[in-house]
Amino acid sequence: MLTLENIHAGYGATTILHDVSLDVQAGEVVTIVGANGAGKTTTLRAIAGQIRPTSGHIYFEGRDITKLAAHDVVDLGITMIPEGRQLFPDMTVRDNLMLGAFRSGARSVQNETLDYVLDLFPRVSERMDQMASSLSGGEQQMVAIARGMMAKPRLLMFDEPSLGLAPIIVEQVFEVVKKVAASGATVLIVEQNVFTTLQSADRGYVLENGEIALSDTAEALLSNDHVRRAYLGI
Amino acid sequence: MLETFLQVVVNGLMLGGLFAIISIGLTTIFGIIKVVNFAHGEFLMAGMFLTWLFTTKLGLHPYAAVVVVAPVLFVLGGLTQKLLIQPLMNARDEHIQIFATVGLSTAMINLALLIYGADIANTPAYGLRTPLEFGPIRVLEGQLFILGAAILLVIGMELFLRRSRTGLAIRAVAQNRTAAQLMGINVNWIYVLSFGLGAACVGIASVLVAPLYPTSSNIGTYFVLIAFVVVILGGWGSIPGAFVGAMVIGLIDSLSGFYIGADLREAVVFGVFLVILILRPSGLFGTKQKLSHIS
Repeated sequence: MLTLENIHAGYGATTILHDVSLDVQAGEVVTIVGANGAGKTTTLRAIAGQIRPTSGHIYFEGRDITKLAAHDVVDLGITMIPEGRQLFPDMTVRDNLMLGAFRSGARSVQNETLDYVLDLFPRVSERMDQMASSLSGGEQQMVAIARGMMAKPRLLMFDEPSLGLAPIIVEQVFEVVKKVAASGATVLIVEQNVFTTLQSADRGYVLENGEIALSDTAEALLSNDHVRRAYLGI
Repeated sequence: MLETFLQVVVNGLMLGGLFAIISIGLTTIFGIIKVVNFAHGEFLMAGMFLTWLFTTKLGLHPYAAVVVVAPVLFVLGGLTQKLLIQPLMNARDEHIQIFATVGLSTAMINLALLIYGADIANTPAYGLRTPLEFGPIRVLEGQLFILGAAILLVIGMELFLRRSRTGLAIRAVAQNRTAAQLMGINVNWIYVLSFGLGAACVGIASVLVAPLYPTSSNIGTYFVLIAFVVVILGGWGSIPGAFVGAMVIGLIDSLSGFYIGADLREAVVFGVFLVILILRPSGLFGTKQKLSHIS
């Protein structure tokens, strides 16, 4: 479904990703784990069209999307749930969700999608008419995920969904990710929380200093010596 | 006594209508794009010249010019964003945008001088400068239209921004540009559209102001200062705020001009303006500009 071929990318003169190749099959939950600064977010931003790779190609369902503008990538069905939620603070939860369904493929069915999404997030449905800025961090993360699902994405990308949240909320967030995956969506998730993420994923890539150091099934990575030493502290 | 007072208040409200109509475009553009358009006055000047041209060459009522002036200004605004502001949006120093619009302002004034010269162009009034009498109170017909148009424009813009899908996208871009992009909104297009929309508001103002005030190359500088005062007082980016700010300034202007002295009018207006700003630095309806972060 998604293929990255030898991607080099960065900001200005700084190259962060060196020759990153990876792929995500339809229906999979794939994770990219790694330390802070390893290039996880940069990878997602390159896929999302927010930065342009200096070399390499990105294919989505057979189409080369390397040079597409960010809003065109969204239109194809790739939605990113950004780090730090990035809600529209002075809008109601309802307006935030409606904006999630802005892309052309989601607009016509937005009311059905809303019913479906609110079913998944009963907590969000209680907050529909509140301003997004008045919610707690955990609630904001739920709204951010719900907003992402409003786009009816073919590929849903999560950027550090657990960042800055209390452990109990992190658990809830990953429960939701599992629900999302169970609904048939393809998921690419980037995390520093290696253990929990690998437990919810099918396959994983370990990114170190902008290069893919390891790739395997999530199960195999959980028992891999290097992963256990470097990321799980075992 | 009471009649005089009423007349002075009505004059203030009419003046407020004028200040409001010339300020809506400025606050709209800032509220969405966060760019202060220092060429705002010159957009008004261009619109007024176009109105004059339309009225004198075609012999039509100046208000009819709106069908030409508003679209032309929309395009002018859109091009300003596309060709001048957008290339500078990622500049390291945001102040570059200020210099760009100041430069545009100077260029437009000189272009007007080049094309038309330093003379005054009088747009035919078609009776709009005729006083109407309501009992003891007198107002110019054109002033009433300006106040009415200002009210309609404020309501219309608010409805558009709050109720339409495009309006929702515009507010999304204004509140969090990165997130808006993640929703699949073409942020650059929204900026072009919004600058065009703000400029079109100036176009509407132009056809209303032209029959009452003589048009010249420097008419923009005459009006722009008060537009800035109104927008700052109302709270940058707030359209209803600009309307209320305009009414406050209009009333202070009129009352102080009559009861304190015509030559102290401006001193009082700016004095009160400064006091309000000291008490409420973000303006009457302003919120602190939260640019793009929430957590």
